[in-house]
Amino acid sequence: MKKLNRLTGGIMVGATAFSVVLIIAIIIVILIVIIVGGKHQMSWKFLSTFPEDGMTKGGIFPALFGTALMVIIMSVAAVPFGTITAIYLTEYAKANSILAKMVGFAVKTLAMVPSIIFGLFGLGFFIKFVGNGMDHVFLGGQLKWAQPNILWASMTMALLTLPVVIVSVEESMKAVPRELREASLALGATKWQTILKVVLPGARSGILTGTILAISLGAGEVAPILFTGAAYYLATLPTSVSDQFMSLGYHIYIMSTQSTNVDQTLPIQFATTLVLLMLTFILNFTAVIIRARLRRAH
Amino acid sequence: MKEGKIKVKNITLYYGKKMALNSVSMDILSKQVTALIGPSGCGKSTFLRSLNRMNDLIPGVRITGEILIDDFNIYDKQVDVVNLRKKIGMVFQKSNPFAKSIFENVAYGPKINGIRDHKQLKEIVETSLKRAAIWDEVKDRLHDSALGLSGGQQQRLCIARTLAVNPEIILMDEPASALDPISTSKIEELIFHLKELYTIIIVTHNMQQAARVSDYTGFFYIGELIEFGKTKKIFTNPEKKQTEDYITGRFG
Repeated sequence: MKKLNRLTGGIMVGATAFSVVLIIAIIIVILIVIIVGGKHQMSWKFLSTFPEDGMTKGGIFPALFGTALMVIIMSVAAVPFGTITAIYLTEYAKANSILAKMVGFAVKTLAMVPSIIFGLFGLGFFIKFVGNGMDHVFLGGQLKWAQPNILWASMTMALLTLPVVIVSVEESMKAVPRELREASLALGATKWQTILKVVLPGARSGILTGTILAISLGAGEVAPILFTGAAYYLATLPTSVSDQFMSLGYHIYIMSTQSTNVDQTLPIQFATTLVLLMLTFILNFTAVIIRARLRRAH
Repeated sequence: MKEGKIKVKNITLYYGKKMALNSVSMDILSKQVTALIGPSGCGKSTFLRSLNRMNDLIPGVRITGEILIDDFNIYDKQVDVVNLRKKIGMVFQKSNPFAKSIFENVAYGPKINGIRDHKQLKEIVETSLKRAAIWDEVKDRLHDSALGLSGGQQQRLCIARTLAVNPEIILMDEPASALDPISTSKIEELIFHLKELYTIIIVTHNMQQAARVSDYTGFFYIGELIEFGKTKKIFTNPEKKQTEDYITGRFG
């Protein structure tokens, strides 16, 4: 019996060790493949020039620019909206109220929805409904807003990243000690003044972490922008929110599936993937550091 | 006989179904220190928090009876709780400065009251810190974080922050229970000076402290005010047996 126990224990230890090694190995192999495949292509020129010769040569500047612009517009929408939702959930909703439970459930559900559904929703809601409505009301039916553009893509992405922002801000607001709220209220501050001057400043790092995580998520997702604003190729940068844009993730997708010569674009694919990977890695790493600091502060 | 600043009439308070205060009545005199003593869970902190309606923040609290401050019932429906709390300052058990500078901590109250003039704010901050006997220790680092101060200094800063709103009454909830003896004696000395200007009500676990700082003492036990009177009388010649047992350390 004892022998059997020892054997089972040994197998379990072996299995866990194997899993750990496997996971690390997978990550290392992915990184090596991407770095080796893309390193010759990587240069300042690659990052700062337009694609050339049917996207078989040249750089990725418009994709980089488009991704950056999209996540900025997305953040402008998602962060304030998410923060306000988090304020409602932590400060105003009664723990057992039906509305609070519904909002909480909605946030969780939103986080589980496959990203392609967001893309379809964006197409149906922002382009067909809102955009079409705007064209009819403001432009007499002339087509401007009822087509994919960077604004609708950013809004769709904002919906996708909203749960990340809400959860992150909510957590950090809850971490603000009750004693500080009481101190403020006892000084004759209103509830809103207390939220504005004590709770939100205390939750600053959480808001920042949420923003960074949302940006990192938004920069990498492709499905939500597929129908709502991303373009195959554009010779110019977007100059208005009603223009389409190029994005890093979508660029990788089209080069590997839609390109006239997939083999020829392989180094560009690897290098673009490397850029995207580094971007999300840096963003996530920053978020981890901020979160660790936040935890130490409390 | 001085007129009562705060007249408490038959206050009964429930947390859900649990009765925390049972028909408590007392008259608290102006510019005197009133100490509330009693074993843990006796309702003294609950009573203190009902004086500035901090209990309102806890869900499921029901309260009946009247508390008159300057003959005005603070539980009247028309009372603006925010304005009420400006009149009644509160110092908490655990010092709780904001994660702001020393100056900003003290200026917080005046600022939410709409004072924007920097010169005026500076004056209020200086006066408040002086009254809280901490000015000399912090005057050269007013713009450093308040979190860098020692526990005792933080608590005196919190007192200064309360004074900056210019309250008439100051509630203190075991203000020295987390402090070392030297910081505690500084707080006690401070209370002694503050009563010239303010009506002070202090909850304390420490009976020597109650005897040292207060003019009047109320003894609470299981939600009831067992005995209330001059501190000297309570500590030398209590009327009730329970009071005597508690004071002589037989329980609690």
